[in-house]
Formats: sequence, structure tokens, C-alpha cells
Amino acid sequence: MELIPQTNNGPKVESSGRRSFLGALLGLSTAAVSALLAVPLVRFVTYPLRKAASDTVWSDLGPVQEFASITAPIAKTITLERRDAWQSTSSQKAVYVLPPKDGQFRILSPICPHLGCSIRWIDAEGKFICPCHTGSFTATGERIVGPPPRSMDSLESKVEGGLLKVRYQYFRQLIPNKEPMA
Amino acid sequence: MTNKATPEPPAHSNVGARFDNWLDTRTGIHALLHETLDEPIPGGASWAYVFGSGLLFLFVSQIITGVCLALYYVPSADHAHTTVAYIVKVVTSGSFIRSIHAYGSSGIIILLLLHIGQTILYGSYKGRRELLWLSGCILLALMLGMAFTGYLLPWDEKSYFASAVGTNLVAEVPFLGPTLQKLIRGGDQMGTLTVSRFYVMHVFVLPALLTGFLAAHVFFFRKAGAAGPIKEDPVYPKLPPVPFYPRQVIIDALFALVLIGILAIVTIKIPMDLGPAANPANTSFLPRPEWYYRPAFQWLKYLSGRWSLIGGILLPAVLALIFAAVPFLDRRLERRPWRRPIVVGAFSLFLVAYTLLGVASYRDDYYKDPGVAAQMHKQEEDARAFMQQPFVPEAAAGSASAALASADPKVLKGQALFQAGSCNSCHGDGGIGTAAAGPLTGAGQKFTDARLIALLRTPDNKMISGGMTPVDLSQDDLEALAAYLRQLH
Repeated sequence: MELIPQTNNGPKVESSGRRSFLGALLGLSTAAVSALLAVPLVRFVTYPLRKAASDTVWSDLGPVQEFASITAPIAKTITLERRDAWQSTSSQKAVYVLPPKDGQFRILSPICPHLGCSIRWIDAEGKFICPCHTGSFTATGERIVGPPPRSMDSLESKVEGGLLKVRYQYFRQLIPNKEPMA
Repeated sequence: MTNKATPEPPAHSNVGARFDNWLDTRTGIHALLHETLDEPIPGGASWAYVFGSGLLFLFVSQIITGVCLALYYVPSADHAHTTVAYIVKVVTSGSFIRSIHAYGSSGIIILLLLHIGQTILYGSYKGRRELLWLSGCILLALMLGMAFTGYLLPWDEKSYFASAVGTNLVAEVPFLGPTLQKLIRGGDQMGTLTVSRFYVMHVFVLPALLTGFLAAHVFFFRKAGAAGPIKEDPVYPKLPPVPFYPRQVIIDALFALVLIGILAIVTIKIPMDLGPAANPANTSFLPRPEWYYRPAFQWLKYLSGRWSLIGGILLPAVLALIFAAVPFLDRRLERRPWRRPIVVGAFSLFLVAYTLLGVASYRDDYYKDPGVAAQMHKQEEDARAFMQQPFVPEAAAGSASAALASADPKVLKGQALFQAGSCNSCHGDGGIGTAAAGPLTGAGQKFTDARLIALLRTPDNKMISGGMTPVDLSQDDLEALAAYLRQLH
């Protein structure tokens, strides 16, 4: 089929040079209109993509003195604040604070690196036990026996203004190396 | 392939032409484009004809920005204001997109005035164009409805009180009034159901109707053909026709560029503000509608009380009916405005009266009573101040800190014991259960307190085999623990 542009056969059909100039003008204004709208629209719609990950949320554990003289790991509940779009949500998580060594605190995640059960501290045995598949760990969280592929995961901590703080994170399970989940 | 209508193009033609042909044989796009773009315009393209396509462009822009705003907006009385504040203060380009949408509605009203004014001035409703005019009238009503329903959605002081007044007017409708008002509000007072109803009208019902009537409007326009200049015969135009494409298309595109340019400049210079959240207890707030409803607002000051039925409902209804009937009343084919003094005069009179009423309304607010003027300025200042404040997120319902703030001390003590005893390592945080042990949610409903405490002290065989150990606590502590378990859900 021949592609002849069909125009009204009136006397005012544009010459081809004029038509292509007008075509370029049309393209230009269309591009300008879409750019004016499209750029902010794309930025708006894809908003969270370019937002810097601000997951460094520090939770308070309590005054340092409270932990200075402990002799065995203690479970401590933290309140985890998180921003979910226009809301702030908080949930409670447990962590273990280990007795300080040379003034340094260590905090362990209670989540078993095997399948994610909660590990409990058994004072009488001086061990951490994961009750699901009887994995066990020393008082410093080193793996002793059982299916867990690695030792307990330590969490980042710091002392600020006399308060012990922890950065709660989740780690990938079933792998021999500690790897934070995004 | 025996039923092929057209042969595939020869191999030597380029890819673009071959694709074009491939597409055309499947869609008939060339015929479609011809039908769309080669619409004959008597006398040719003109800057005078841009208003209709300008409206179409703004309508599309409103749809696009509106769909985007819906990404972040939540239509409920307790979240609407927070989510709009989030859009404006946190989301990238949020203030820009919201402003374009909000100012776009004003732009549509201005263009509607110009479009209607031109139609009346040019007499282009004449010559078998009654349905074109009527579909336009319905579009006007729908657009005013869009503006009214959209105004409420941010749920700030301004929109709350203005919509309260707007929906109060509905109660003036004879017989049906109170029922209709209750239906629109979803109750006796403004609340979550009001937001939900206005939202559904604003994003589903009215846009669907608008799209339908817009299609009808364009169809009737194409059926009747462009009316052309004012000296043209509206039924059998004599001027040589010039196709719509390319000249009129380019003029329309440039006009769209002007429109979006103006909107962008206004938006950047004066971003649409958001006032503080609606506070129904605020007794000093003076609600005012958008500028295009201001004359109607002022009108109701003059005809209030027992006259409000006439002023608020009857007279506008009669005016609207006369307006809709214009092409039926004005049957001559004469189009030159100076030969049609009644219609052109009546419309001009209406415009002048409407403008004067609007001016009077602003004059009353800012120059008549210093108390009112002070309050108006205070409201504007409050909105500016709110815009300056950083975004404050809302505490999520069911979030731990929100729950803790309102909980019973006994329950809090029980919760502390639950965590101190590492009950959560098996039963999960909040007793939701883990792989190691079942959930405790609902346990409080199954057992009495005494039975719960007995079970905690001496677990039954099934619990023991699951790894449960006896809980060795004082009676007080056990009661607190039971109280905590009782409210788990």
C-alpha cells in the first residue's frame, strides 16, 4: 500500500518544507511540555529510590552502670523505632548484653543463625541454647555444637552520654558468614 | 496466508516504513490519524480556538498528577492531613506535584470561563449544536464537583470548615435536604466517611463521568464540525476548510506549553500551602471557599435565613436551567455578537455581577471589619507557619510505644516479666508464637485468671513436653503476667 499522506484537498495544503518546520516545532513544544511535567513526576513516583538509606537506628539499652558489674549475659528489651512512610512504628526486640571485657561491651542478637529461633541464656549451664534444634553457644556466643552454621551474631554498640546503645540488625541465616540483611 | 488484505512491503524499504506498514495493517492507524487530525476547520487554524484543547490538556495533567498523589494519600480523617503533609514536606517534588494539581483546578475554571465566554460570544452553540452545549453544561457541573470534592481531601482547617459549610447548604434542598446531607457526609457530622465519600467521588465517580461526557462532547463537536469565525454560517460554512493538523495542533501544543509554564511558575513562586490539621473544636476559624466559589459565598450573605432556600438553591437552579437552555431559546443562526444583544448582554451582566460579588467578598474580609481581617491574616500566617515546620510522623496504631503509652500498669508489669523471664524466646514478642512454641494470643479468653496462674505454676503434660518450665514467681507477679496474657490478641 502506498503511504500517501491524506490531506484535505482544500487550497491551503502546506508545502513540504513548511510542514517539516511545523513538525519540528510541534516536537519541540511536546518535548518541553513533557519535560516540565515528566521530570518532577518521575522524581515523585520513584521517591524512595533516591533516598539515602537511613537504617542506622540506635536504640537505648540503659545507663552503662547498669551493665558494668554483670557477670553473665542478660536479656534486655529494646524498643526499635522505624519510620514507615508517614508513620513511625515501634516494636520490641530482645538482645543480650555480655559482661564487659576491658570496659568494652558486646551485644548479641538472640536470633539463631540456623533457622531464626530465639536463643535463650541458661544460667544454670552457663550456655546459650537454641531450643529448636539444640544448638548451643558459649557465654560469649561462640558456637559449641548443633546445626547453627556460625556463632551468635554480635550487634554494633556504642556508649553515648552514659547510655549504652545498640544498632539492631538482622543477619542472613544458614550461611557460615555473618551478612547483614538490607 | 490467503486472507491477507495488503501485501507485505518490498524487502528494500527501510525498517521504519516496514514497521509503520505492519502496524497499520493491524490497527488501521493511518485512517484513525486522518480522522483525528485532518478535521476541517473553516477559515483555518487560529489562536482563538485553543481553549477547548487547553482544557483537555489540563484535564489529562490533573489525571496524571492526581494518580501520582494517590500513591501517598490516605483517605481517612485521621491520616489524610498527615499524608498530605508527608507529600508536601518529605516526598521529592511533592509540593510541586500537589501545587500543579491544586492550581490546575483553578486553571481549569479559568479556561472554562474563557471557553464558555467564547462559545457565547461567537454563537458557536448554534446550528444543531444543542447536545454539544448540553454535554458541555454537564462537564461544567462535573468540573465544579471535582473542585468541591478535591478541596476537602487535605483535611486542614481551611478545607474542613469550607466543606462543612458547603455540605450544610445541601440541607436546604426541599424535602430531601437532611437525608441528602447525611448521605453525602456519611453521618450527621463531618468525619472519616465524609473523606472517604469525597475521595471516591473525586477519583472514581466524577472522573469516570467526566471522561464519558468529554468523549460525547468531542464526538458532538466532530459531528457538527468547527463553527469557524463569527461571520460564518454555523451549519453550512462557506470559508475554505484547512485541516486541523499541523497548524492548529501546533498552536494547541504551544498553548499547552504556556499553560504548564504558568502553572510551573506560580507553583515555584507560591507553592500551594497546607494549613494545620482540621480541628473541629476551633471556634474562631473563618472558612472561605476557593476564589471561584467566592461570589456564591457572598451571595448567601445577602440572602440568608428564610431566604436561603431561594438564594442558595432556587435561584442558582433557575439560572443553571436557563443557561442550559440557551441553544433552545436562541434559535436564530445569526452569530455576530453585536446582533445578539440579549444573550451576549445577559452573559456579560452575569459576569459583571459575579465578579462584583467576588470583589465584595474579599473587600468584606480584608477591609470592612478589622477583626475579620486580622483573623484572615492570622489564618494565612498559621498556614505559612505550618508549612515551615518539619514533618512530624504519626505513631502507627498497634506500634509498641503507642500501646505502652495507654496500657494498664499491671499489664505493663506483666509484659516486663514476660520479657525478663525470656518467655518471648519461645512464645515470641507479644506472644505471637515461634517455631519453638505456640502463640499465646487468645489464651486469656480461653482460661480464667485462676486457671492461667495454675497453668503457669504447674504446666500440663503437653506444655512440659513442649519445653515449658514452671514459672516460679510471687502471686502478685503471676497475676500481672496473667493480666498481660489476657490482653494479647
